[in-house]
Amino acid sequence: MADEIKIGAYICQGCGIGDRVDTAQMAQVAQRDAKASIAREHEFLCNAEGVKMIQDDIDNEGVNRVAIVACSRRAKTEAFNFQNVAITRGNIREGVIWVRPDTDEARETTQDMADDYTRMAVAECKYIGVPDNSEEAQYNRTIMVVGGGISGMTAATEAAKAGYPVHLIEKTGALGGAAAKSWKRIPQKSPYRDLEDTGVAELISEIEASDKITVHLNSTLTKTSGAPGRFSADITTESGSTTTENFGAIIQASGYSEYDANQLPELGYGKSPNVVTQAELDAMALEANGGPIKTKDGKDINSVAFVQCAGQRSEKEGHLSYCSGHCCMSSVKQAMYFKDQNPAVDTNVIYTDLRMPGAGGEDFYRGGQEKGVTFTKGSVSEVVTSGSELEVKFKDLILNEDTSEKVDLVVLATGQVANSGLNIDEVGQDEPGEWQSNPESILNLSYRQGKDMPQLTKGFNDSHFICFPYETRRTGIYACGPVRRPMDMQQAIEDAAGATMKAIQAVENAGKGRAAHPRAGDLSYPIFRREGCTQCKRCTVECPFGAIDEDEQRFPQFNEARCRRCGTCMGACPVRVISFENYSVDSVGQQLKIVDIPDEFEEKPRILALACENDAYPALDMAAMNKVEYSAFVRIIPIRCLGSTNLIWITDALNSGYDGVVLMGCQKGENYQCHFVRGSEIAHVRMSKVDDTLQSLSLEPERVSVHEVAITDIERAPQIINEMAETIENIGMSPFKF
Amino acid sequence: MSNLNQAMVEKYRNSFLQEVQANVEEGDWVKMCMQCGVCAGSCPMGPYWEHPPQEIFMMIRAGKREEVLSSDSMWMCTSCYNCIARCPRGLPITHIMHGLAHYADRLGLAPKEQPTRKFANKFWDNLTKKGRVNELKLGLALYFMNGFFEGIKVALANQKLGLNMLKAKRMSIAEMFGGHGVKDSNGLHAILKKAREIELAKADEFKG
Ligand code: SF4
Ligand code: SF4
Ligand code: SF4
Repeated sequence: MADEIKIGAYICQGCGIGDRVDTAQMAQVAQRDAKASIAREHEFLCNAEGVKMIQDDIDNEGVNRVAIVACSRRAKTEAFNFQNVAITRGNIREGVIWVRPDTDEARETTQDMADDYTRMAVAECKYIGVPDNSEEAQYNRTIMVVGGGISGMTAATEAAKAGYPVHLIEKTGALGGAAAKSWKRIPQKSPYRDLEDTGVAELISEIEASDKITVHLNSTLTKTSGAPGRFSADITTESGSTTTENFGAIIQASGYSEYDANQLPELGYGKSPNVVTQAELDAMALEANGGPIKTKDGKDINSVAFVQCAGQRSEKEGHLSYCSGHCCMSSVKQAMYFKDQNPAVDTNVIYTDLRMPGAGGEDFYRGGQEKGVTFTKGSVSEVVTSGSELEVKFKDLILNEDTSEKVDLVVLATGQVANSGLNIDEVGQDEPGEWQSNPESILNLSYRQGKDMPQLTKGFNDSHFICFPYETRRTGIYACGPVRRPMDMQQAIEDAAGATMKAIQAVENAGKGRAAHPRAGDLSYPIFRREGCTQCKRCTVECPFGAIDEDEQRFPQFNEARCRRCGTCMGACPVRVISFENYSVDSVGQQLKIVDIPDEFEEKPRILALACENDAYPALDMAAMNKVEYSAFVRIIPIRCLGSTNLIWITDALNSGYDGVVLMGCQKGENYQCHFVRGSEIAHVRMSKVDDTLQSLSLEPERVSVHEVAITDIERAPQIINEMAETIENIGMSPFKF
Repeated sequence: MSNLNQAMVEKYRNSFLQEVQANVEEGDWVKMCMQCGVCAGSCPMGPYWEHPPQEIFMMIRAGKREEVLSSDSMWMCTSCYNCIARCPRGLPITHIMHGLAHYADRLGLAPKEQPTRKFANKFWDNLTKKGRVNELKLGLALYFMNGFFEGIKVALANQKLGLNMLKAKRMSIAEMFGGHGVKDSNGLHAILKKAREIELAKADEFKG
């Protein structure tokens, strides 16, 4: 915006603010210290009259930056929604009067707080603008679905029903995936007693009948590039012919492979043809087509033992450490194959913990029992395969004894291994200019960070497991089905519907140049000052979403539609050349600098708290609603993500005389809650280097602390602030006050 | 019935479970147990059982026919109904315990010296004679269950109780000589005979 900056500061007296602090003084501070052009008080700023007062200034006085000094930025967003001006908020209600006691003693420090937040709101205003529309934004409604199993087929039909064209890519020669190789499925409807058809045939005919879905069989992706709204994919058939299609969003439903039972010789696999996996039994059932299931050499089966958790939930070398979620139910289903056909067949499910998840799980378990399937809590040690009979040796965990059972068939409940492509942490990306397609990759992304979606743990694609199940680390690419966590058919169907909705959202947001979750609707994007860049690549490496590529000259290349606006790159950049129109190193840095730092003898320390806007800041707001008090010496600045913390903020704060700095981000690690997945984790690593800074300033390491705070930490977040205040009391004030 | 007793049972096959389902009162429910252990934890007699109900049900599934039927565990049940009230699967556990005890007794596998069993048999014999319980005779039979001298000791120890019962007219000396009964005791015996026949026929149907 070429216009001259004209800041209006508006100070509210409502909600008790006027009774507790001197708003006239705040107005004065806004103009005198922070250089607002206009400063007005209002007794009830969010009512129609107050809002009109602001709008009038925008219309008639040329105000283009509005600092609203009232309640939290999380409150009254609808009232304070002015078009084409930049807005900041000074949090006097939740940030000051609700967390401070109304006593004569506290009056002065409370006023100090209010004055500072006024200064900060105005200072921030000076450094932010209204984002222009991204010029990269493109609108493409077509959605690519990778994988033609139950998840992929469901995603395709759901998208088509919503009116979005779909290209469905399937590696093999037929749709259906694992579901098509099953005889029946676990019931999805009440009373959850009887097995149902897989539903594959209906889905296939629905796909065939749809004029919105194009199916590519025997096809894989040999290259995927671009960004939401402008993805381009090379679809290559087995015979080698390639077509290139453009997409708005991608759904990855590449499913799972069955765990390799050859790794379980102790359970008799490979030693006897009558030791089979669940998938193999389903194939046998398909062949029997409703008749009695026979052994591979054509004999009758009178007794079956199902061995649960075969090679799963085990820390043994080569085993899967996790539970695949569906196999207990699948064994009940398969025992019913026998019982429904001939109740005289003995079917015994040997389990250590029977897990029957979902609404119908418990009923289905009962259904199995009613049909005479027996369940034995035991752990199987060995399947002896000598002779034609199989002997399952196990410890009966209820009767506490080693025992065995002789059966005609043993079924191993082996687990699901995600088809997540390459582990990009291990297989690095080819250097720019040397990129080559990799047949083991699912997506073959041209992204600088690697060809497939990052994995979280155990080979599953990272998709915000705890809070936002479909949010992967590649914007506009959504994972569904067993590729992101183990699951059964019913869950995969629901998962596919969820991922489809996210893909549609991504298409629509990309078309308008808006950010996707969690800053949905944000129009800003990283602005990069190329001249200053030293090509250190930190931004490219640290971006949790792989949004940044490299151009021929090895400069970072931001893909705006792939960016989630977390600011991690901004925090990473040592030369600070990355910023957003509405968020920058300055927009925060200038706030912390404008805070009044009383000299050493006034005994008023200052604590800077940088709080994640997603969790820590709301937690502090809620603490305020509950009237939890905290130190009057803290000045809190909400930040997009702890990952956006640039070390310069810490250095500046310490240099300008803050006595302590508190950083609050989300939980990191395998069970992360960080909205930007890796932001908090990356920040923790970055902050581990803060000690050097402290040392060079001869300051105590306790002056900076980093915390993981959840939105529910209503008591703990204030406590963290108070603890820092105590620490300062113990170690004394910073010597850097001028 | 005799060959039923000989039935061969294979481990963890369903044969014994099926036998129980066919012959034991409420035996059909055994398969529905989910081994949560709530019954075992709820039973006030729990510490005195060798195998709590949960375990008995597992043993049935494991095909431990001898061990179950000769066990004195289910004879320990006092019919307090705690387990039934708590079983999340709604198993009529108390009834199954008595059903199992009864079945074991019928097969002659129940432990001979089990006191509950002895008392139950005496009670039954006493009751079926005239259709009414003869408290005096039942009491004496009980006292002398374990021999003459033992009986005298028990009788002396319970002297006061006996006298109080006499005073409260809960018991009468006249009971010694015949005692009261239903009007048509022949009819009663015919009913009981028929019932037994039906039951045995049912058991015979099951060939193990
Ligand atoms: S703001 Fe976040 S998502 Fe966007 S480029 Fe920077 S690090 Fe990546
Ligand atoms: S009814 Fe019998 S088995 Fe059940 S808790 Fe009472 S005594 Fe134990
Ligand atoms: S409480 Fe019921 S379900 Fe649980 S172990 Fe006992 S009988 Fe089985």
